[in-house]
Amino acid sequence: MDMSFSSADLAFREEVRTFIEENYPRITNTRSRGDMSRDDMLAWHKILAKKGWVAPHWPAEHGGSGWTITQRYIWNEECARAETTPLLPFGLSMVGPVIYTYGNEEQKKRFLPGIYNGEDWWCQGYSEPGAGSDLASLKTKAVREGDHYIINGQKTWTTLAQFADWMFCLARTDPDAKMQESISFFLIDMKTPGIEVRPIITMDGAHEVNEVYLDNVKVPAENMIGEENKGWTYAKFLLGNERSGIAGVARSKKAIERLRNIAASELMDGEPLIKDGEFGRKIAEVEIDLSALEVTELRTLAAESKGQGPGPESSILKIKGTEIQQRITELALEAVGNYAHVYAPHGKGEGDNAFTPGPEYSIGVAQNYQNMRKTSIYGGSNEIQHNIIAKMVLGL
Amino acid sequence: MDFSFTEEQTLLRNTVQSFLQDKYDFDTRRKISASADGWSKEIWGQFAELGLLAAPFSEEQGGLGGGPIETMILMEEFGRNLVIEPFMETVVICGGFLREAGTAAQQEAHVPGIIGGENVWAFGYAEPQGRYNLADLVTTAKADGDGYVINGYKAVVLGAPWADKLIISARTGGGQRDADGVSLFIVDKSAAGVSTRDYPTVDGRRASEITLENVKVGADAVIGEIGKALPLIEKVTDQAIAALSAEAAGGMKELNDATVEYCKTRKQFGVPIGKFQVLQHRMVDMFMAYEQSVSMTYMVTLKLGESEEERLKAASGAKVQIGKAGRFVGQQAVQLHGGMGMTDELNVGHYFKRLTMIDTQFGNVDHHLTRYSSAA
Ligand SMILES: Cc1cc2nc3c(=O)[nH]c(=O)nc-3n(C[C@H](O)[C@H](O)[C@H](O)COP(=O)(O)OP(=O)(O)OC[C@H]3O[C@@H](n4cnc5c(N)ncnc54)[C@H](O)[C@@H]3O)c2cc1C
Repeated sequence: MDMSFSSADLAFREEVRTFIEENYPRITNTRSRGDMSRDDMLAWHKILAKKGWVAPHWPAEHGGSGWTITQRYIWNEECARAETTPLLPFGLSMVGPVIYTYGNEEQKKRFLPGIYNGEDWWCQGYSEPGAGSDLASLKTKAVREGDHYIINGQKTWTTLAQFADWMFCLARTDPDAKMQESISFFLIDMKTPGIEVRPIITMDGAHEVNEVYLDNVKVPAENMIGEENKGWTYAKFLLGNERSGIAGVARSKKAIERLRNIAASELMDGEPLIKDGEFGRKIAEVEIDLSALEVTELRTLAAESKGQGPGPESSILKIKGTEIQQRITELALEAVGNYAHVYAPHGKGEGDNAFTPGPEYSIGVAQNYQNMRKTSIYGGSNEIQHNIIAKMVLGL
Repeated sequence: MDFSFTEEQTLLRNTVQSFLQDKYDFDTRRKISASADGWSKEIWGQFAELGLLAAPFSEEQGGLGGGPIETMILMEEFGRNLVIEPFMETVVICGGFLREAGTAAQQEAHVPGIIGGENVWAFGYAEPQGRYNLADLVTTAKADGDGYVINGYKAVVLGAPWADKLIISARTGGGQRDADGVSLFIVDKSAAGVSTRDYPTVDGRRASEITLENVKVGADAVIGEIGKALPLIEKVTDQAIAALSAEAAGGMKELNDATVEYCKTRKQFGVPIGKFQVLQHRMVDMFMAYEQSVSMTYMVTLKLGESEEERLKAASGAKVQIGKAGRFVGQQAVQLHGGMGMTDELNVGHYFKRLTMIDTQFGNVDHHLTRYSSAA
């Protein structure tokens, strides 16, 4: 048992910190929120790809950096500390690992470089209007015709599909088999005729999710991963990775630091809010939760590096991680007081001439709070994660 | 002990209910909120015609002679329909100041315009440094001949973009946070030296930042006693808290009904999701949170006329209850609707947003826990 950094780790931290300082492109407009352009969202990704650091967890042959879990931990910390644009998970953390684990050589050669370099934008075509928590009940159908599949159906909640070049998509290939045994995993070019992407606006005013309609979409058979009707196995492998990715420990640490700064600037009866015992205790409480989660995550990663997992325990990371994220946004909303009312416009157009009063740190705080309610819904809702732990870990 | 409503009160509820059902469905509300003005003058005019704006004014003032219970009924229905129009600001708060402390001349000059729907009022009290402390004022009013000259800045003045009249709190004496030295003034929004910048709020309403630069008002603009307005402000904001509690309870009711209905119809794993016991218990907790909020709403409404200490504890108690319950009900309604709950399209998110903002109006849970415990 040892939780301290070696001198090599410290040197590594210095190296990545310097690299971030020297190379991170500053692009954000802090008086509006979200809605960065496609290029802005990929800028950091591309810089890291050149450096060879964009997918530390990938196998070395595909560009992984071969870092130890400690180094990966340090890397995440440093990115969060510098508040770099989060890398999109759909390629790097979701479909990438599926392709190098279950794809054939041809598929690896064809798709992994585009994911790695940030040339291809991927989106996740899992959920459907009738298939959310019960994903296996999905209805989108793929019918084999010669060397193609013809796909029909509707996906929904597809994050950032408006920018996507490719979608990984679950579809049913055997109408007669049991639910889980008739699903296949397809890689679909979003430019294929028959695909229509329609925006869904969320309550905070953002355009983050979409509906994707598939009408006789012709997909080459070589774009199917692994075997026909075995897609559920690959889909679940991906969900395990998605879950642990949502924990966001390092980002939450940074968010707590920001919350502290807000509470140090906001006044209550002439004194900084942070000096109020009650509010100070609330911050302490969430920070303690986060410390526990951090060690829990490190324990999970350590087990993983020895070849175990990520097992059903990764559901702990998802539940606790999202509860903490939500709590932090809740406290930030409390901290800013009256200026929580201000609506921060979204990105270009809406934001150009808008008036957003209040201190810089109050901009978008309420919308962030609203938006983060999604985290206990997506990636398998927190109720579903409880079910998983009850069944798979506790054996109930 | 009697918690039933009189015939007139039931009639009032029916009137506003059927009006809102006809004229203020969710789509209409969405359009009103997104329109250039952000509110509906037409609806406001109809409120006047129906007598809603007259409800809490005495008959001598041309009103209907209602009291806190009538206001509660209206606010609950407004909460159920997410009404944007500034009944709270104009009738409950600014009307409240005129009722509680207006001179006969002030009432004569201003009440008819409120009742008739011609004038809209907003209350500028909060300042950037002041958080929820009603006495923390940097804005000053200095005696100048017969009248006063006001200088200062008011933050997040809800409904101000639609208002033509303002009531502004300012310091006429004492230190920045002293109880003594707080005064209230009626200010025309069009007066020289008043400038406003308007913006939308996250719950679909509008607010302004107001700068006051050498704004001259006459002695007849003073509401209540110079330097002694803080108890009056506390009293009227407690009335506002009672009204907000009713609005919150109305919103919670709609959310709970919508959630139960959704869980009965939405199927996953071959059954309605309402069959899952964890969701059943959640909805029971939501239901209890609502019932407790109704109880606190009744309590504060019925105690507005009692001693200052009784009133204050009831108001702060109610604000704590609706703050906590509103957050819980709002969050869980979104959660139980899954992805649908996150959308702008469904009304669920809009109730959630409104309940969230109600907690920040006139002091949040923490503020009122402190206020309650220092009175207890
Ligand atoms: C912002 C956002 C982004 C998303 N991005 C994507 C994406 O990119 N790609 C994609 O494929 N999907 C995406 N999703 C979809 C997400 O995975 C689903 O919303 C989620 O699986 C829940 O499904 P649902 O919305 O249909 O809710 P439902 O499954 O209908 O659930 C409704 C409620 O019932 C509860 N519930 C359901 N079953 C049970 C049970 N057995 N026991 C107890 N409670 C239960 C749920 O927890 C929830 O509270 C996204 C969702 C959101 C909100």
